[in-house]
Amino acid sequence: MPSVARIWRRSIQARVVTSTIVLSALVVALTGWALLRDVASGLAEDRSTAAISEARSGFDYAQTQLDASVETEPTTQSQTLTQMVDSLTRSRGAQRTYELVLEGPLVTADGEVPIRSSAAIAAGSLPADLTDAVRSGPGTFWRYSDLGLLGGSDAEPSVVVGSQLRAPDSGDTYALFYLFSLEDQQETLDLVRRALLLGGLAMVLMVGGVAWLVSRQVLDPVRLARRIAERYASGNLEQRMHVSGEDDIARLSTSFNQMAASLQSQIRRLENLSRLQQRFVSDVSHELRTPLTTVQMASEVLYSSREQFDPQTARSAELLKRELDRFEALLSDLLDLSRFDAGAAQLELDTIDFSQVARLAAEDALVAREGITVRLLGVEEPAIVEADIRRIDRIVRNLMANAAKYSGSDVIEIEVAQNAESASIAVRDFGVGLSGDENLRVFDRFWRADPARTQGGTGLGLAISREDAALHGGTLQAWGRPGEGSEFILTIPKPQGSAKNPPLASVYA
Amino acid sequence: MSYRRTKRDRVLVVDDDASLAEMLTIVLEGEGLTAAVCRSGDRVMAAFTQFKPDVVLLDLMLPGLDGMSVCRQIRATSAVPIIMLTAKSDTPDVVAGLEAGADDYITKPFKNTELVARIRARLRRSDQLAEPLEFGDIVLDPAGHTVTRKGEPLELTPLEFDLLACLLGDPSQVFTRETLLQKVWGYHHPGDTKLVNVHMTRLRSKIEDDAENPEIIRTVRGVGYQAITPVP
Repeated sequence: MPSVARIWRRSIQARVVTSTIVLSALVVALTGWALLRDVASGLAEDRSTAAISEARSGFDYAQTQLDASVETEPTTQSQTLTQMVDSLTRSRGAQRTYELVLEGPLVTADGEVPIRSSAAIAAGSLPADLTDAVRSGPGTFWRYSDLGLLGGSDAEPSVVVGSQLRAPDSGDTYALFYLFSLEDQQETLDLVRRALLLGGLAMVLMVGGVAWLVSRQVLDPVRLARRIAERYASGNLEQRMHVSGEDDIARLSTSFNQMAASLQSQIRRLENLSRLQQRFVSDVSHELRTPLTTVQMASEVLYSSREQFDPQTARSAELLKRELDRFEALLSDLLDLSRFDAGAAQLELDTIDFSQVARLAAEDALVAREGITVRLLGVEEPAIVEADIRRIDRIVRNLMANAAKYSGSDVIEIEVAQNAESASIAVRDFGVGLSGDENLRVFDRFWRADPARTQGGTGLGLAISREDAALHGGTLQAWGRPGEGSEFILTIPKPQGSAKNPPLASVYA
Repeated sequence: MSYRRTKRDRVLVVDDDASLAEMLTIVLEGEGLTAAVCRSGDRVMAAFTQFKPDVVLLDLMLPGLDGMSVCRQIRATSAVPIIMLTAKSDTPDVVAGLEAGADDYITKPFKNTELVARIRARLRRSDQLAEPLEFGDIVLDPAGHTVTRKGEPLELTPLEFDLLACLLGDPSQVFTRETLLQKVWGYHHPGDTKLVNVHMTRLRSKIEDDAENPEIIRTVRGVGYQAITPVP
């Protein structure tokens, strides 16, 4: 059953064909029913009109017979009546289409009403209200009824016509009923019903077929368009629809092609821009690096022989060297960022252990120089991820350097944790902390917590670290409280995992 | 350090930037090395034959003939250590240079001390082996720096010789890439695994019958490399 529901959901054609069949079946059934009803009532009316006139002539003949009969003796009277019924039945010979029932005399001493009939009529074949009407007074009455013959199989539809007869001598009253079978009419009706049913069924099927053909005619181009759009979406930008004629489908194809061409040119333009950007970055890189190398080498030569200079020149050599180092760091950071912006940054994935990374980072010379104690947590178990070791190392050292240089904390805590989806490294300090929205702004380029303190660093470290994390499909987030400390958590997804549910929650969250 | 030298080591600087080339010369001369400069790619081979350097410092971006081609030209005739100077630390360039036959690379800008350390590391012959080593059908002779397999001499660069000597010297140990960087290249540069990977590929292509199914050095996935102890 789910497959039926699926077809219903996915196929317009199935829905169109099904609803067409259902609706046309309803219409056909309604029309058929109305038609059948008209035919049935027409047939019955014709038959009953004929039946009533035939019965009337019968009643007249019977009354004449009764008038002529002068017998009052019940036994002979009975014979007369039987003969009368026989003669009435016989008068039509083989073509007789009716049965006769004679009741009477209607008033007898014992209340029993003798019944004579031309055939074995089942009791109750005569409708009770008709019998009552006939008995109550003169006149001709008729009803439709079901005639049941004794020993016969089923009740047949019939028209019953009845009238009262009066014997002038005895004053006895009789009720004479003509029963006309409607079997022929019923057969005709059955025939018509069968024809209507078959015709209707055939029509519904044909309408369904037509609906299928028509919907296919409309849907085929739509399906083609879908396939082409899918191919286009999967990167085959040369895909176009075939345009033929001037109908709606052709116009759809034309519009689709225009859209595709416009998208393609936009994509090409952006690709070109990105390529140009990458080329530019690469060129700038080369062009700047070569003179910078020369200048740096020269400054180092000067710096190493500064003891032979007079104090001002010696200090100049020192400043030259220090600021060149900073310039180099800035250039390299800017180039890294522009590589991220151009989408040209590439990962060199390797299997790495976060615990190992944390242990190595804890031995960083910088931390030792600043006289900071490093606490390691959760590094007993290896936490393995697929990552670019140089980028991860850069992030962790960056976080360590930040904590060491700016927090004023004398303890740094590094915690490693993992779950099935990802692994995290947290770097915590217990220094000045972060206030307000600083936990978001620390990742801004060139942002500094204290604008007055510009010494060292490029102001790009955290921005790059966050890009490095994002390149791995991971996250780098910051938390903090003023005066208590701050915490940075790097989360990198494991293969086929995601960084959505980090194994570590911030102590400040 | 086991390599005894009677004269100053000679460095051929191949760089088209006049200032940088001159600066390099100043620094190298200051370190007690003899330096010569070649400014164009297509004149390198002439300068090389004439100067007979012990190390070549090669800029990848050169007029005339590009660095990769120069590298290949030198390698075709000599096993002299080549250190690339590159402004691009991007992987493809570096890997291409290493595949062309360079032993090491250094990214601009660099510190003088770093440059000198790399050059000295290439000049210094490793003392991995004191005695000739027989390993299956491979024979390493540290005195002549020659390697033979099944009696056939193999053309290995000094770096490849050191790499092989390091691995075969202790078949019980799995060498991580970090360890190999330290022992063979002589410096610690975390995560720079492509240096090891590229040279291991080159070494295998020279010593293995089928580099896809190595019989001498196997890769220990996720760890590093290990010599396969031959079945006696």
